[in-house]
Amino acid sequence: MKLSRSTVAAVAPWVAAAAVLPLAVVSVFVGAANVDFGALWSDEQSRQLLLQSRLPRTFAIILAGAALAVAGLIMQHLARNRFVAPSTAGTVDAAALGLLTVTILTPGMAVMGKVLVACVFALAGTALFVMLIQRVQFKDVIFVPLVGIVLGGVYAAIGQFFAYRTNLTQTMSVWMNGDFSGIIQGRYETLWLAGGVALLAYLFANWFTAAGMGKDFATNIGVNFKWAMAGGLSIAAMVTAVVVTTVGAIPFLGLIVPNIVTMILGDNLRRILPTTALAGAALVLVCDIVGRVLIFPYEIAVGVIVGTIGSAIFLALILRKSNRYAAA
Amino acid sequence: MITIDALTKAYDETVVVDHVNLQLPDSGVTSLIGPNGAGKSTLLSMVSRILGADAGSVSVEGVDVFKAPSKQVARKLSILRQDAHTTARITVRELVEFGRYPHSHGRLTADCHAAVAEALTYCDLEDLAERPIHQLSGGQRQRAYVAMVLAQDTRYVLLDEPLNNLDMVHATGLMQLLRRLADEKGKSIVLVLHDVNYASVYSDRIIAMRNGAVVHDGPPEAVITDHALGDVYGMEFSVHTLGGDRIAAYFR
Amino acid sequence: MPPREEHTIVLETEAEPASEPDGARQDYAGGERSGFALTPRQKRVFVTLALLLAASLVLFLTWDVNGHWDFALPRRSEQIVALVIVGLAVSTSTVVFHTLTANRILTPSIMGFDALYVLVATALVFMVGSATVAQIDPLVMFGLNTALMMGCATAIYQWILGSGERGLYTLILVGVVAGTFFTSLTNFMFRTMDPNEFDSLMTTLFASFNAIDTTLLWIGGGLLLAGVVVVFRLVPRLDVLGLGRERAITLGLDYRKTVTWLLLVVALLVSVSTALVGPITFLGLLVANLAYQLTQTHRHSVNLVAAGLVSIIALVAGQAVLEHVLDHNGTLGSIINVVGGLYFIGLLLKEARS
Repeated sequence: MKLSRSTVAAVAPWVAAAAVLPLAVVSVFVGAANVDFGALWSDEQSRQLLLQSRLPRTFAIILAGAALAVAGLIMQHLARNRFVAPSTAGTVDAAALGLLTVTILTPGMAVMGKVLVACVFALAGTALFVMLIQRVQFKDVIFVPLVGIVLGGVYAAIGQFFAYRTNLTQTMSVWMNGDFSGIIQGRYETLWLAGGVALLAYLFANWFTAAGMGKDFATNIGVNFKWAMAGGLSIAAMVTAVVVTTVGAIPFLGLIVPNIVTMILGDNLRRILPTTALAGAALVLVCDIVGRVLIFPYEIAVGVIVGTIGSAIFLALILRKSNRYAAA
Repeated sequence: MITIDALTKAYDETVVVDHVNLQLPDSGVTSLIGPNGAGKSTLLSMVSRILGADAGSVSVEGVDVFKAPSKQVARKLSILRQDAHTTARITVRELVEFGRYPHSHGRLTADCHAAVAEALTYCDLEDLAERPIHQLSGGQRQRAYVAMVLAQDTRYVLLDEPLNNLDMVHATGLMQLLRRLADEKGKSIVLVLHDVNYASVYSDRIIAMRNGAVVHDGPPEAVITDHALGDVYGMEFSVHTLGGDRIAAYFR
Repeated sequence: MPPREEHTIVLETEAEPASEPDGARQDYAGGERSGFALTPRQKRVFVTLALLLAASLVLFLTWDVNGHWDFALPRRSEQIVALVIVGLAVSTSTVVFHTLTANRILTPSIMGFDALYVLVATALVFMVGSATVAQIDPLVMFGLNTALMMGCATAIYQWILGSGERGLYTLILVGVVAGTFFTSLTNFMFRTMDPNEFDSLMTTLFASFNAIDTTLLWIGGGLLLAGVVVVFRLVPRLDVLGLGRERAITLGLDYRKTVTWLLLVVALLVSVSTALVGPITFLGLLVANLAYQLTQTHRHSVNLVAAGLVSIIALVAGQAVLEHVLDHNGTLGSIINVVGGLYFIGLLLKEARS
C-alpha cells in the first residue's frame, strides 16, 4: 500500500476497465435462457436472444451505471459536498414527478418527449435545491444533503398524492426501483444519450472543478460560474431523467461510487472522471448479475440489490473512516 | 487535587496525548499553553470525562472520573468548552439554573435560587437575566456560561480556550473574573490559553505541552522565559518585564 | 377522549413578560412546585390549541352523519382513538429524537426507524413462514415485533450514536443510509419470498390511515401510555440533554443510560404508530417544529404537550377533510407529507433570512 497517489491514479482507470470487460461478458451469457457460444452462428434463436436482449441489456447497464456515477460526481463537486447526488438532492424524485405529469396529461407521448419533460422537472427540482442551500446561510455539511433528501421526500409526496388519485401508484414504484429485466432492443437506446452527456462532462470537467472552488475562485480564473453551474446541473438532470425513464432509479449509486473513488484517488475531477464512470458500470454489472443468479430462474431488480449492497458498503465506509468524516 | 495518571489518547496512528502524568492543585489559576495540536484540549476533555481515554486514569479528590457516577463527578468539577454553543431557546437565568442540575435534578431548592442569584450577580448579568442567550454578544454569552459553571459550584472549573472570539475588552474582563473566582472563592481554575501573555499575567502555574506531552511546568517566572517558550513553540521569544508582569514578545 | 394533558397544566395567574429584556423576574422554574408554569404567550397557545382540538373532534364526529348516529359514532370514535394514539406516538417520539440528536430536522422516520420496524416484521415472516405466523395471535405477533424492534433499534442506534464522539455529521448520514439499507433489505426479502407469504405480509403489515389496524388499538394505547409516562419522568433529563451532550455530561447526566432509555421509548412509540397506520415521514417534523415555533421554549414539558396537541389536530382535521372534501380519494399520509414538507421548506427559507 505504499504506492503514491499519482501512480494509483494512473493505473486506476485501466484496473476499472479490466473489471468491466469480463463482467460485461458474464452479463451477456447469464440469463434464464441459455446462450450457447459455440452455436451462435448456426443457431438463429441464440443469435436473436443475444442481439435483442442480452447485448442491449449489457449496454444499458454499462451506460446507466457510468452516467449516474458521473452525474453524482459532478453534483458532489458543484455543491461542494460529498453527500450530494441525484438521490440526495431531489433530482430523482423530481424526474419521477415529471414522468408522472406526462403520464397523466399526455399518456401517448413519445419516449424522447417524456425524457425531456422529466429532464426539465429534474432540473427545476435540483435548481430549487441549489437555491435553497445557497439561501441558507447555515452551511452545515449535514444540513445540505438532508435538505435535499427532505425536498426529495416532498416531491415524492406530491407525486404519490396524484398517483393515488389516478391509480398510478404501482407505476410510480416502478420508476423508483431500477430494473433491467425489461430491456430489449428498441427500449434502451435513449440511454446512449445519457452516455453522451456523461462524455460531455469529461470535456468540461475543468469548468466544474473551477465552479466547485466557489464563485469567487471561478470568476477569478475567468470561468463563468453561472454557466458552469447550469451546465453541470443540466448534465446531472439529463442523466437522471433518462435513467429513471428507461430503467428506473438506482438508489445511492451516484453517491457511493464517487465517494469510494474519491477516497482512493483524491479530488481532481478530470482525472478521476473516467475511473468513476467505469467503476459505476462495474458496480451495476455486478449487482445485476447477482440479481439474475440469486433466485434463478427468477430475477431480483437491480435497484434492490444496489440499495442493499451499496448502502451496506457505504455504511461500512463511513463507520470505518468515522474520524475523517467526523472532523468535517 | 486532580491526579492524572499515564493518560493517553490516540486517533488512528496519531498519539494526541501521550502518557501524561500531572497533579492539578485544588486552588489557584493553572494555564495550559502550547502550539496547535499539542493535546491541551484533548487532555482537558478527558479530565472532564467528555472524551474517553485510551489508557490511564483521572481522579478528582480520590474519585475516578471515568468510573464514578457522573453525578458525583459533576459536583466536583465542571468544564466550559469552546465550541459547545447550545441551540436551545433559553434565557440566561434558565441557563444558569441548569448549573444546579447536579444538586437538584431539575427541582430547584431555595439554596439553588440563592446560588443562581449569586452567580448572576457575580458575573454582572442581572440586567441580562431574562434575555435569550442567542441575542447576547459573544462576551456576554461567555459570561453567561461562566455563571452557569459558577452556579454548579464545583471546586474545579475547567475552561477550554475561553478567550476565543472575544475582543481584548471582554477577554481581559473574563480573565479578571476567573482570577477573582480563584482568589475570593478558593476555586481551582484550569484553562487552555493561546495567548501566553494572559497566561503569564493571570496564572499561578503554567503547564506547557508539545506533541502530547508536558514539556514545562511551573510558575510564570519559570515558564515564561525566552528559552522555555522557544522550546515549546519552536520560534523566538523575548520576554520583558513590564510593570511587574512578564510579557513575551514574539512578533519578529 | 378528552385531552388528558389539560389536567397537568397549572395555569399561573401572575402574568410574566415573556421576552422583555428588563422585565420582572420570571420565577417559573421555581422547583418547589412540580407544576407547569407558562408564559402568557404559551397560555394563549394552549387555549387556542385546545379550542382547535375540540373543534376538529366535533367536526370529525358530526360531519355528514345524516342521522345515522348509531352507525357513525362508534366507528368514528374508534378512528379518533387510533388517530390520537398515532398522533401522540409520532409527536412524542419526534420531540425526544430531536433532543437526542441535537437537531430539529430529523425524525425517527428519516433516520430509518419505521423502515426498521417493517424490516423486523418482514424478517419474522421470512424466517418463521406465513403458515406459522397465521396461527399466532396478532397481538402476540405485534408484541414480538415490538420487542424485537426495541432491541434492534436500541442496539443499532446506540452503536451509531456511540459515546457521541463520532460527530453528528456521521451519525445522521449513517442513519439516513441505514434507512435505505433497511428498506432495500425488506424489498429484497419481498422479492425472494413465496407469493403467498408476501400476500399475508402485505395485509398484516401495511396498515394505513384508510385501513387502520383496529385489533391493535388497545394494546397500542397501553404501550403509548407507558411510553409517555416514561418520557414525562425523563423530562428534567431531556431538558439537560437539550444543552448538548458535553454540557449534559458536565452536569452529571448519565449520558449512556439516558440515551438508552430514550431510544427504547422512541422505538416503542414508532412501533405503535407504524403497526397502526404504517410509516409516515413528515408528520413528526411538521408538528414538532410547529410546536417549537408556537411555544418558543426549550422546556420539554411544554413542547411535548404542544406537539401532541398539534399532532392530534392535524390528523383528525386532515382525516375529516380527506373523507369529506377529497372523497376518500387520497391518503392522509400523503397529504400530511405534502403539507409537512412544504412547511419544512418554508421554515428553512425563513431561517435563511434571519
